[in-house]
Amino acid sequence: MGEKSAQQEKVCKCHDSISEEQYYEQLDDIIDQHIEKEGALIPILQSVQNLFGYLPEAALRKISRRLNKPYSEVAGVVGFYSYFSTIPKGENTIRVCLGTACYVRGGKDVLKALSDELKIGVGETTEDRKFSLEVGRCFGACGLAPVIMINDEVFQKVKPSRINEILSSYR
Amino acid sequence: MVSLYINNTKVEVPEGSTILNAAQKAGYNIPTLCHLESQIPKGACRVCMVEVEGAKSLVASCAAPVAEGMKVITNSKTVREARKFVVELLISEHCGDCKTCDRNNDCELQALAYSLGIKDTRFEGECLESIIDDSTPALVRDSGKCIKCRRCVTVCNEIQSVGSLFAQGRGFDSTIGPAFEQNLAEVPCVQCGQCAAVCPVGAITEKDHIASVWEALDDPDKFVVVQTAPAIRAALGECFGYEPGTLVTGKMVTALRILGFDRIFDTNFTADLTIMEEGTELLLRLKKALVNKEKVALPQFTSCSPGWIKYAEYFYPDYLDNISTCKSPQQMFGSVAKTYYAEKIGRKPEDIVVVSVMPCTAKKFEAQRPEMNDSGVQDVDYVLTTRELGRMIQQAGIDFRELPDDKMDSPLGMSSGAADIFANTGGVMEAAVRTVYEIVTGKELPLEKLHIVPIMGLEGVKKASLKITGTKPEWGFLEGVELKVGVAHGLGNAKKIIEAMRAGEEFHFIEVMTCPGGCIGGGGQPRFTTDEVRKKRIEAIYAEDEGKQLRKSHDNPEIKQIYEEFLGEPLSHLSHKLLHTHYVSRMN
Repeated sequence: MGEKSAQQEKVCKCHDSISEEQYYEQLDDIIDQHIEKEGALIPILQSVQNLFGYLPEAALRKISRRLNKPYSEVAGVVGFYSYFSTIPKGENTIRVCLGTACYVRGGKDVLKALSDELKIGVGETTEDRKFSLEVGRCFGACGLAPVIMINDEVFQKVKPSRINEILSSYR
Repeated sequence: MVSLYINNTKVEVPEGSTILNAAQKAGYNIPTLCHLESQIPKGACRVCMVEVEGAKSLVASCAAPVAEGMKVITNSKTVREARKFVVELLISEHCGDCKTCDRNNDCELQALAYSLGIKDTRFEGECLESIIDDSTPALVRDSGKCIKCRRCVTVCNEIQSVGSLFAQGRGFDSTIGPAFEQNLAEVPCVQCGQCAAVCPVGAITEKDHIASVWEALDDPDKFVVVQTAPAIRAALGECFGYEPGTLVTGKMVTALRILGFDRIFDTNFTADLTIMEEGTELLLRLKKALVNKEKVALPQFTSCSPGWIKYAEYFYPDYLDNISTCKSPQQMFGSVAKTYYAEKIGRKPEDIVVVSVMPCTAKKFEAQRPEMNDSGVQDVDYVLTTRELGRMIQQAGIDFRELPDDKMDSPLGMSSGAADIFANTGGVMEAAVRTVYEIVTGKELPLEKLHIVPIMGLEGVKKASLKITGTKPEWGFLEGVELKVGVAHGLGNAKKIIEAMRAGEEFHFIEVMTCPGGCIGGGGQPRFTTDEVRKKRIEAIYAEDEGKQLRKSHDNPEIKQIYEEFLGEPLSHLSHKLLHTHYVSRMN
């Protein structure tokens, strides 16, 4: 418990906590843009996740209220699609490919090295909110396996020993 | 009309019917674990598969519409094997032990596995994780037993408009429940138990009070009184193989006596008392509005149904002043038993144990609301559902069908027909109008058999208006007034009537019952409650009403007695203390 609150404190002090408040002002605009359309929930969730980088509880509650949909239903949709996340994302999203080619050419070792270096598991974000770690299923670059992506940039033939060098430009 | 063949039997059904509807009409039973009548099919369980000539694969009959000339086979080797396979897969995930399950012998999955001849578990694999949510006073959820049929989701969202349950997550890890693994106590659950009533397995059940009741009965220092709600007598028989709608009032009283209750009383008595208080309250509100021109909350809503109260507290807190301040008959009984009756027998309230038998799970919640202790201790100690009473009678080895009839005890056991009809939608309103009309005019309600026909039956929202003429001088302000009443059952319908009101429709008095059909369709009634079952139970209740000498609450001599000896008059100071309550906004 103590550990958790320490972590939360750290999150609050982080760089975008002030801008998150500003995002809430834009939340109503996003909802207004879609609310009249049928099936508004998913496009709203997409836009809101793009805005915040994740789906905070307060935003989901607001969406539920304004769309007049039970909170359980909104949560059900968020939980169904792996695209949606309720965990704050880091500044940089690292995706490690574990498609067949990358897997057999050592993708798992790369993932382990990243996980050890950043001290986070898959789906988690570092305490300083610099990095989030995810797993992908084939980026269509099998000839370059194993591949990782950091944001939109692709790194090819990655070896665990190169991890530090790759990360250094994002730190 | 569309004509098609079910197992070579020609059948005609309206366009848009499903194969399942057609098969039922043709006299063939197709099993399903997810379908609910009158609801959009979900096709979730895949048990109802049938063969359709020309189709590439088997078809889920609950969701497939009929077509002209269609040829359907509901019972072939392929169908039987497929159904068996589906049920075997469900069983392979299902984490529960039939022997110790609350639904043993009352479980649709168990019954289906038996009828399909499943004798071993072919698939050994990962089972669901059993997470128990017993956070609320009324309901217990067990995720391990859930087969994800989504019936509870349908009733919670589409029938009740509550929306505390929904499918969460995806694939094997998906669960049914509130958002983000919250428990029921943290979300706007009204405890109506309609989810537990439709659950095909033991994933949602009522919180069991049987052990506590046995303990009280075994304690020689406790004086244990029982009250039975109006709806019990038309449904308890179903626990013992009687047809729905068989009245078993007399046998029920005998059984309760054999179980060891010291007095057998009737919630019907306090239903009559409710009418005296609630009817007078309505007249007072009308007087304030029409004569004193005071700002007063109208229409008045009924307050008997604790699920509705909690629903309003969550979703319509701006209407809490409109809800009658009368406690429900269950709670009036508790406070009267531990004061008026306690004095009569020279006992302290804390030595009396009040047990209720209710068709309802929300009554378990209501009994433990912190304000329900006007006798100085908790007014109602334990609440058994109809199903729990049935089980207690079985535990005691009582041969219910062979029991002679007995009568309720006095002075909290006599009731009028008006009290009986509290059990069904439209009944509280009719009971109130029977009394209010007579108070105001001095004459009996001029309707055949005292029934207000437009508010009878299973229509979701019902309305009636009644012109008041020939008033007594003191009620002259009501001369010529059209009394407009509304009735809704099922909270989704309550929502509709409130929205209509918001849009400007005028009512003076609105009855809301939480469950479809009213208490006879309550979350604690024997399973499985269909509309046909609701109709039969309602017929039985009206028969009980019409068969009584006393048809109006104010004619009940025991009611006259309690006002003479104890309460004084309706809305007296003591009435306010013991029989009335207040509500709290739960909107967050």
